[in-house]
Amino acid sequence: MSDWLYALWPGLETSVGLLSLQPPGWGGNLLRGAWASLQIALGAFALGLLIGTAGALGKLYGGPVTRDLLSVYTVVVRAVPELILILILYYAGTDLLNQALRAMGQRPVEISGVVAGIAVLGIVQGAYATEVLRGAIQSVPRGQHEAARAYGMGAVQTFWRVTIPAMLPLALPGLSNLWLIATKDTALLAIVGFSELTLETRQAAGSTRAYFTFFLAAGAIYLAMTLLSGRIFGWIEARYRRGQAAQ
Amino acid sequence: MNHQRIAEEVFVPHRIVMVAVALGLVVWAALALRWDWIPRYYDLAVQGIWRTLWLLGLSCLIGFMLAVPLGLAQAAGPRFLAAPARAFCTVIRGTPLLLQLWLIYFGVGSLFPQFPWIRESELWPYLRQAWPYALLALSLSFAGYEGEVMRGAFKSVAGGQLEAARSMGMGRFAIFRRIWFPQALQRALPTLGGETVLQLKATPLVATITVIEIYAVSSRVRQDTFIIYEPLLLLAVIYMVIAGLLALAFKLLEQRFNRGMVG
Repeated sequence: MSDWLYALWPGLETSVGLLSLQPPGWGGNLLRGAWASLQIALGAFALGLLIGTAGALGKLYGGPVTRDLLSVYTVVVRAVPELILILILYYAGTDLLNQALRAMGQRPVEISGVVAGIAVLGIVQGAYATEVLRGAIQSVPRGQHEAARAYGMGAVQTFWRVTIPAMLPLALPGLSNLWLIATKDTALLAIVGFSELTLETRQAAGSTRAYFTFFLAAGAIYLAMTLLSGRIFGWIEARYRRGQAAQ
Repeated sequence: MNHQRIAEEVFVPHRIVMVAVALGLVVWAALALRWDWIPRYYDLAVQGIWRTLWLLGLSCLIGFMLAVPLGLAQAAGPRFLAAPARAFCTVIRGTPLLLQLWLIYFGVGSLFPQFPWIRESELWPYLRQAWPYALLALSLSFAGYEGEVMRGAFKSVAGGQLEAARSMGMGRFAIFRRIWFPQALQRALPTLGGETVLQLKATPLVATITVIEIYAVSSRVRQDTFIIYEPLLLLAVIYMVIAGLLALAFKLLEQRFNRGMVG
């Protein structure tokens, strides 16, 4: 095809062979790993948003005990390395689940890597999302809530139809940052032995000794993911900012 | 904050209960969990903490020294400097640190032994160890994130100040050293404090390339004794203490920098 390229760069042909999707090449493994990473990142981000919304509401409108407990949660998660939280939550979660199952007379189960990864990263993401959403909700002018109340909207309806649309443009830059952290944090699951992109890459690189080929290829995949999602978030932000005064 | 206000904030009924519950948990952990492994691993743990701290300090220092030119190039540099600086920051920020670390250790590290002149050089004893690669990866990562922070900080210094300095007859270097850099640094400090804590949280990754810092010590305890939770809990406490001290140090630094500033 492009013989001149091969002539220019002698190692390219082997690299292309190693990265091919058919079995002698490891491209298929890398793509499967990337798909697993993407699934976990999506799941963790969604779970983080749920926890973050609940946490932000708890911090803003909850009682004193709720607020203090939530502060403990966000402070601890933001001060302890993700890797250690993953290990603690992974072991403790599996333990607790199996003890509960045993108490109910069921047999212990092996938690699947995807579920554990999503749960653990989701709890980590939730702490950061709590702070992002709390700040965004707080900066919606009070008058808008009051106006919604004056129209006879209930608390849920006000939240859904007034607070969320008004705070989203403010929250989006922070959320987009969180999504990038989620995609990159999936790499940490490689250390607990879950076959996502980074671990697949290391296995491929280790067995072929072509470290640069595989690590650079994986880097390109991660970079493509982050750049593409940056575009998507930029597009969503532009959409939600329509009709708002320029800042 | 004065003592009276602290007292007012802590001695609220629900907080007293919460503190009591927390103390109860600590006492329970101290009595019910296994801590008999601590004396045996004490020396190793102290070495591990020390290694974590100097990796953190040195990588932040080197990374920051790289971040200043990276930020300057993006904020005010010509295109042929700004474009590579931006590309570097994008790549570092767009890929996981673990991948960068493994690329540098396994990839670059496996290249060196092929060249006889490297193996005969005086650097070779260092290049055979893991920590230079860990330090390099951590420094480059910090530089990538902070380059972006410094770009914003340099841009936020009002142009009129630089013009005023020029009209006072200051040279370019004097302007940078006395006007531009101090103000940019002052604006970047709160972010830098947060980023340093993030860097602390990134240090345990170097355990995967055989650098024995505090996280690696706790893994070894886990493997040797099959005690799972206790080392991890202690480790979490250690990181929280270091993070708290870092936050405090940056707060004091900020206060110093903000002296004589308006607002």
